[in-house]
Amino acid sequence: MEKRFVYADHSATTGVRPEVLEAMLPYLKEEYGNPSSIYNMARRAKEALEHAREQVQKAIGAKAATEIYFTGSGTEADNWALKGVFEAYAKKGDHIITTAVEHHAILHTCEYLEKVRGAKITYLPVDSEGFVRLDALEQAITPETILVSVIMANNEIGTINPIEEISRICHEKGVLLHVDAVQAVGNIPIDVQAMGIDLLSISGHKFNAPKGVGALYMRKGVNLPSFIHGGDQERKKRAATENIPGIVGMGKAIELAVAEMEEKNKKLIPMRDRLIREIEEKIPFAKLNGPRENRLPGHVNFSFEFIEGESLLLLLDMAGICASSGSACTSGSLDPSHVLMAIGLPHEIAHGSLRLTFGRENTEEDVDYIMEKLPGIVSRLREMSPLYEDYVNGNVTPIIMKK
Amino acid sequence: MAMMYSEKVMDHFMNPRNMGEMEDASGVGTVGNAKCGDIMRIFLKVDDDGVIQDVKFKTFGCGAAVATSSMATEMVIGKTVQQALKVTNKAVMEALDGLPPVKIHCSLLAEQAIHAALWDYAEKHGVKIEGLEPPVNDIEEIVGDEE
Repeated sequence: MEKRFVYADHSATTGVRPEVLEAMLPYLKEEYGNPSSIYNMARRAKEALEHAREQVQKAIGAKAATEIYFTGSGTEADNWALKGVFEAYAKKGDHIITTAVEHHAILHTCEYLEKVRGAKITYLPVDSEGFVRLDALEQAITPETILVSVIMANNEIGTINPIEEISRICHEKGVLLHVDAVQAVGNIPIDVQAMGIDLLSISGHKFNAPKGVGALYMRKGVNLPSFIHGGDQERKKRAATENIPGIVGMGKAIELAVAEMEEKNKKLIPMRDRLIREIEEKIPFAKLNGPRENRLPGHVNFSFEFIEGESLLLLLDMAGICASSGSACTSGSLDPSHVLMAIGLPHEIAHGSLRLTFGRENTEEDVDYIMEKLPGIVSRLREMSPLYEDYVNGNVTPIIMKK
Repeated sequence: MAMMYSEKVMDHFMNPRNMGEMEDASGVGTVGNAKCGDIMRIFLKVDDDGVIQDVKFKTFGCGAAVATSSMATEMVIGKTVQQALKVTNKAVMEALDGLPPVKIHCSLLAEQAIHAALWDYAEKHGVKIEGLEPPVNDIEEIVGDEE
């Protein structure tokens, strides 16, 4: 095949799609009114804001549009949910339960609450495929527990957690449930009412909205304090002049993503499964990370023994393929990804991980192209690897069994 | 990631010099561990006058790890074992037009891999190399000194 450009890093971010940009443009140009002002032009901006709120409400099955609060990012929504519950429910208790495989927006907020604010945090273990251990959740809840925060779909390994079951456990014991749905929105169906979710974080740029806009769903009755202090925007809960172009873009993007989800997944699931199958057939010492069922539609993550992830990414980039890795070298620390550690991978296998995440513009030809390039790149790095040399010379036993 | 590396680092990563094994090496050194994500192995062929005639390397690690190994082999080839000892991690880094701060440990690993191979050569051949310390296997010990 001729050299292609294959963007296979949709879990990292996505591009703004033309329909979304088109919806945004008037609010970047002539319709620049501040929704807090009183003239007609400002009213139009306010209407656009409320229309976007309804689009988000419908996309996640919220009861009322007033349960949606726009933020500057998914990270902000996560911060708000955790710090807000900790503050608002201080009289009830100081214990928060989360999992070992959360995004840093959750984990580092929990660390802050623990170290600076005196919160007690429990990090639930996960099984070898990354699913939250429900028995551990049940045991972890105490009378002081005020919140359980669980990732809906894991960014690194694609595992989709059983949110309804988690919600049932939480609500039986009167504990609120926050769900980080940043990777899930637009990829799998979400219904906050049916699923029993009290708080839910959304990030626009994961589903073709621009960067710099997110939202927090706050079920009516869950009354968190203001997170950003200032003006009366977002019903006095999140001050700052609203990012109208971004919010309009997110409204349009979430509407399109949900409307096209079924069609998109009909394409992405077979692509994902073919890539998994072909990697397993053609590349020895490769291990799929995360589950085969209940996995994000376009999400593939493999570990390749004897090689290191950053080298792999650099060579893939040279071939025009954008991907990511849980290797330490891509994070700037000496430890590989906490998610890969939590599912029990040994360090040497975690360092050799590769994540390929497909989105709406990817095609079967992209899978062909990846399979044309990847096996050779893995072989090339193995030829360079002293660990592979030790294996070839019979000095070590591989961790991943050869197929 | 690619943008944080100099052109020289990318060149040595994409076209590594002296990559491979050596069957009749005079000395072999392996440093690093898979836990921290970098392992380097250096093979030396030293003649009777103590001059390094050939060098080969194998590396498990990031782009910087491969590039520093490659550059280090180029810098010691043709030198005496005594001169090779003076090829420091700083010299390797400078020759590569610098490394991102988080990758400095890779250059230390390359320096240590050369030292480990020299140590192996000296032990096997009953040679004394002035100033050569026993190799440090755990690079984190010396990374601490650097920072």
